[in-house]
Amino acid sequence: MIAVIRVSAAFLRLFYQSVYLALGQIWTNKTRSVLTTIGIVIGVASVTAVIAALTGLKAKVLTQVESFGTNTIFILPTRPDKGSMRHASWWTIRFLPEHFDDMLEHCPSVERFSRIAGIGRHTAHYREKSAENVEVTGIEAAYHEIQSRPVVLGRTFSVIDDMQVRPVCLIDPKLRDELRLDRDCIGQSIRIGHYAFRIVGVIERQPELQFGESGQEHYEVFIPFKTTFKMGRPWIAAFAASKGTEVTEEAQAEIRFFLRRTRNIRPGEPDTFRIESVKRFMETFNSIALMVTLVAGGIVGISLLVGGVGIMNIMLVSVSERTREIGLRKAVGAKKSAILTQFLIEAVVLCFIGGLVGVGIGQCLTLVISGINPVLELTYIPAWAILLSFGFAGSVGIFFGMFPAIKAARLDPIEALRHE
Amino acid sequence: MTLKMQTMADKTEKLIIRLQNVIKIYKVGVERIHALDGISLELWENEYVAVMGPSGSGKSTLMNVLGCLDQATSGYYELDGQDTTKMSDAALARIRNERIGFVFQTFELLGRLSALKNVEMPLIYSRNGWWSRRKRAKNVLERVGLEDRIKHRPNQLSGGEKQRVAIARALVCNPSILLADEPTGNLDSKTSEGILKLFDQLHQEGQTIVIVTHEEHVARHAKRIIRMRDGLIHSDLPRDQDPAYKKVMQNVVREELE
Ligand SMILES: Nc1ncnc2c1ncn2[C@@H]1O[C@H](COP(=O)(O)OP(=O)(O)OP(=O)(O)O)[C@@H](O)[C@H]1O
Ligand SMILES: [Mg+2]
Repeated sequence: MIAVIRVSAAFLRLFYQSVYLALGQIWTNKTRSVLTTIGIVIGVASVTAVIAALTGLKAKVLTQVESFGTNTIFILPTRPDKGSMRHASWWTIRFLPEHFDDMLEHCPSVERFSRIAGIGRHTAHYREKSAENVEVTGIEAAYHEIQSRPVVLGRTFSVIDDMQVRPVCLIDPKLRDELRLDRDCIGQSIRIGHYAFRIVGVIERQPELQFGESGQEHYEVFIPFKTTFKMGRPWIAAFAASKGTEVTEEAQAEIRFFLRRTRNIRPGEPDTFRIESVKRFMETFNSIALMVTLVAGGIVGISLLVGGVGIMNIMLVSVSERTREIGLRKAVGAKKSAILTQFLIEAVVLCFIGGLVGVGIGQCLTLVISGINPVLELTYIPAWAILLSFGFAGSVGIFFGMFPAIKAARLDPIEALRHE
Repeated sequence: MTLKMQTMADKTEKLIIRLQNVIKIYKVGVERIHALDGISLELWENEYVAVMGPSGSGKSTLMNVLGCLDQATSGYYELDGQDTTKMSDAALARIRNERIGFVFQTFELLGRLSALKNVEMPLIYSRNGWWSRRKRAKNVLERVGLEDRIKHRPNQLSGGEKQRVAIARALVCNPSILLADEPTGNLDSKTSEGILKLFDQLHQEGQTIVIVTHEEHVARHAKRIIRMRDGLIHSDLPRDQDPAYKKVMQNVVREELE
């Protein structure tokens, strides 16, 4: 027990002494140390910045995905790139409302679904105020349960609204403000085209996920699905929710089978629609993020390697410059292990300083990145990335410092003292 | 008669070093150089020995073996009652740290450290001295007369002062034996005298000293003179019986008479 304490105390002393010596040495050779650590600085700065950017992107995408719900399935028409329909017009491959009739009975893994009808952008009027770029979308009552777009004021749509083709709408708060409606605008009416709609609720805006395209302001208005047909011929798609994330793929398969029948697609012909799931999207996103991480990791690895070789080089120089000093230290009783520790710690301290500066620069880069693009506004350096960077820097120091340190420790004191 | 009495008295003192038939062979290519060719030697506590001999006679090699910087090719070496011939590197390092003080011709001070830090250095590697290293270094610097040069760097010190710092460093761990290989080789004669006075003083304080030198006037300070030739001890006599010393003294006496 006492022996253990003695040994660890001796080691702590040695450690303290080595760090002290290393800092002194680095301070005496300032320029050299700075130049040597540049590789490490760049490596660590880029690893932290890349991780920070990815973290930010992921956080952003996750909030977006949460607003969709992870069980969500999105169904939309597409033109296949082979088969007889490959030259079909968009009009022929569009969805009709009846394509989805009885879908719930035929697709047991689907909890609910809502057709949505897009009729493009319009201008909305209230008294003498008007707002352009208003996206009008028809939805069914189930939409509210599939998408997490809370209705912050008033009520959601009901099945009755749809059945009775009521002229009612949900608007987003920005449009309310733009049209100078009352804060509590429930019951007020706005005009879109030739039609008047009574406001029954205010729905939260979608979180923005647009890369740079701020452009014009746009607004959203939701009306009951069937009501859209009064305004024109809508473009139809659908949202569905599976009964759980685990059965999302089954649900997709069922929907595909069902829609091929209702759309009379002959066996062998490709689908004329696409079924996307948020789950799949997340998987794709994650695999892309992983790839980016790996590529960035590779680049960072190379730069750390280069930095490490620089460290090794400078440590070798240091060892040969200080051969006499090493000889002297050994002559006054420094053990091999003490010399080894001294040089190893010098390399590690050098790398740690590089790591520290690197993390600092990485932090600046992160601030710049998050300032440039609103998509990356959530960019930050997670604590584990900082630890990882230091871990890397330290390992590089140990790995590349080992050889020079062993060389120093093995020096013969007499020959070292005779060294010019 | 008095001389014999003194030798008797000496023998009751502690034996510090015992060398028996120590051989050191260097291999250079196919050539084998017998730097030490069978040295047997005993050193007692508080002896003051000068080792002399022509260049290449093996003086430095002997010092390195005595200082455990180098291990003999064969033979037996006992220091403070411990057999060093089969010791590990780490054990030898500890011996160097705790029992041996080395003074070099070229001082070997670290240029970026102050005198104090230079003197502290051996204590960094010692088991016991670490906590008190500052105090001990200061004390020993005082002992060598450098209390007002503590903060100076080597390049701010004269040659003699540098060697005093080096001696202080050698003494800081209270070594059993102080080994000095041509300590005055790089100093002018006046400075040398100062350093030699310091050695005399240390000897009076009880320090065991072995000093290698080419110069008779340096050897004159020692109490015992070992002359080497071709890796062998040619003569090993108390100073007053050493022929060269006697000759010099006769000259001195004659000069004084004239
Ligand atoms: N590392 C070595 N390799 C080969 N030969 C060596 C080595 N060190 C010493 N020698 C040889 O051993 C012999 C004794 O050398 P040593 O240095 O002990 O002599 P010295 O008495 O100290 O001489 P000087 O008075 O010039 O310092 C010399 O012949 C020398 O050439
Ligand atoms: Mg010599």
